[in-house]
Amino acid sequence: MSKRSYVEEALSDWMKGNGPDTDVVISSRIRIARNLSGHPFPMLATSQQAQDVMKQLTAVAETGRLDSCGPFETLELSQLSELERRVLVEKHLISPSLANESRCGAVMLSENESVSIMVNEEDHLRIQCLYPGFQIKEAWTLASRIDDIFEEVTDYAFDERRGYLTSCPTNVGTGIRSSVMMHLPGLVLTQQINRILSAIQQVGLAVRGIYGEGSEAIGNLFQISNQITLGQSEGEIIENLHSVARQIIEHERAARQRLLDESRVRLEDRVLRSYGTLSHAMIMDSKEAAQRLSDVRLGIDLGLIGDVSPQAMNEMMVLTQPGFLQQVFREKMTPEQRDIRRAELIRKQLYSETDHGGV
Amino acid sequence: MLCQECDKKPATLHFTKIVNGEKTEFHICESCARERGEGIPGTANGFSIHSLLSGLLDFEPVGTMNALGAKPAQQLRCDNCGLTYTQFSKMGRFGCSNCYTQFGSKLDPILKRVHGNTTHVGKIPKRTGVQIQLKREIDELKADLNMRIEQQEFETAAELRDRIRELERKIADV
Repeated sequence: MSKRSYVEEALSDWMKGNGPDTDVVISSRIRIARNLSGHPFPMLATSQQAQDVMKQLTAVAETGRLDSCGPFETLELSQLSELERRVLVEKHLISPSLANESRCGAVMLSENESVSIMVNEEDHLRIQCLYPGFQIKEAWTLASRIDDIFEEVTDYAFDERRGYLTSCPTNVGTGIRSSVMMHLPGLVLTQQINRILSAIQQVGLAVRGIYGEGSEAIGNLFQISNQITLGQSEGEIIENLHSVARQIIEHERAARQRLLDESRVRLEDRVLRSYGTLSHAMIMDSKEAAQRLSDVRLGIDLGLIGDVSPQAMNEMMVLTQPGFLQQVFREKMTPEQRDIRRAELIRKQLYSETDHGGV
Repeated sequence: MLCQECDKKPATLHFTKIVNGEKTEFHICESCARERGEGIPGTANGFSIHSLLSGLLDFEPVGTMNALGAKPAQQLRCDNCGLTYTQFSKMGRFGCSNCYTQFGSKLDPILKRVHGNTTHVGKIPKRTGVQIQLKREIDELKADLNMRIEQQEFETAAELRDRIRELERKIADV
């Protein structure tokens, strides 16, 4: 595996894999924030101090201690172009802030891209595990194992009363953020979504758009994550998210079934119109693409469209992001050019998916 | 509606600012907003959890002294990284792990507001946290012991007492 493949292949293994409940849950993610004791946090560190932290942490991968979790490759952010960094963000392998702000930032990526370990983001160490479908407990087990490996050889900043000390007070304690990415077109179409989202917020969970803080939920994708990191154990945090997500999955399935039972033709019309637009449009902005792809994905999950795979939908969702588009076509584009290229790329993808060449 | 700054591009951002009760409305395009330094949601300089936090942190009036004559929060400074409490409350982020000790009790109300809680009950580092682990185990055993005594289960209570003593010896050895 080389830097090339991390940047050029749109699909990480976690997107190809068939996890449990993938009709509703796209992915499950755990992120653990840790810091080294005695070192200033990345925001205040001098280049030399940040460099020291980077060396100390990336050395852990080089010792082979992490090998049981898959071979890792370390990429230093300063060695990547702006576009390459953007592609890693669009694949959810690094955070936007590591891509944009960090000095001496690095990421250790596992070969199948299910683990990415960020160095010198907001905290010294951020361990992220990303699994396909609804596997939040499995993701925690792996992330915690990697955490233990780092702790064997590095001294974490830890306090008996406050727990793991983090740069931001919103992460202190367990330092974990557990989240599931859900595709909820049924709840949006049946107008139950707002009621459910406000209920979620009342039990200490947060709802965000697909790129985290500050972005809107486009394409009916919602990321649900824990808010509280202090005063609850990791087990309680994950159990809480797990049980709420489980209920949402059931509500979403019931909503889809109701749509099928009560307004099948309207639903089919919507799905197939979107399919038609994706197959034939010449200009497609990212918002429209996300909405149409969401419709078609719903159609696939409900068996209304047979000849497109859910994996192809995952791939298109990633490929049509601005960074990836420019990577695929190897040119820098204005937003207008991107809309034309995006439409072209989707048409080609759908064409290759169907044996008889499109609709 | 066109951007009120450049008068060329369509205004995509609409702000209402209320400063000291005075309301001002802006209708501007994204590039002009960037130049003016206005926060755009979803962008690097946008409204973030940190700006929200800083509103939470900065609630102690400047220069107040509490009854015990302790330093007001605004004069606190971390002697390891040099971050002042005022800077902390503006940025919403600590400079190093030592800030947690230096800003000490001032943090409890903040953590309470953010998490509804001030004490960690989760994972403990395996290698460096042995002592804390043992302490936590002892606390749990003591609670159990008290309950057994109340219920007059003296045999189990004696076993628990022995186990507690054993762990206390272990702590002394670490």
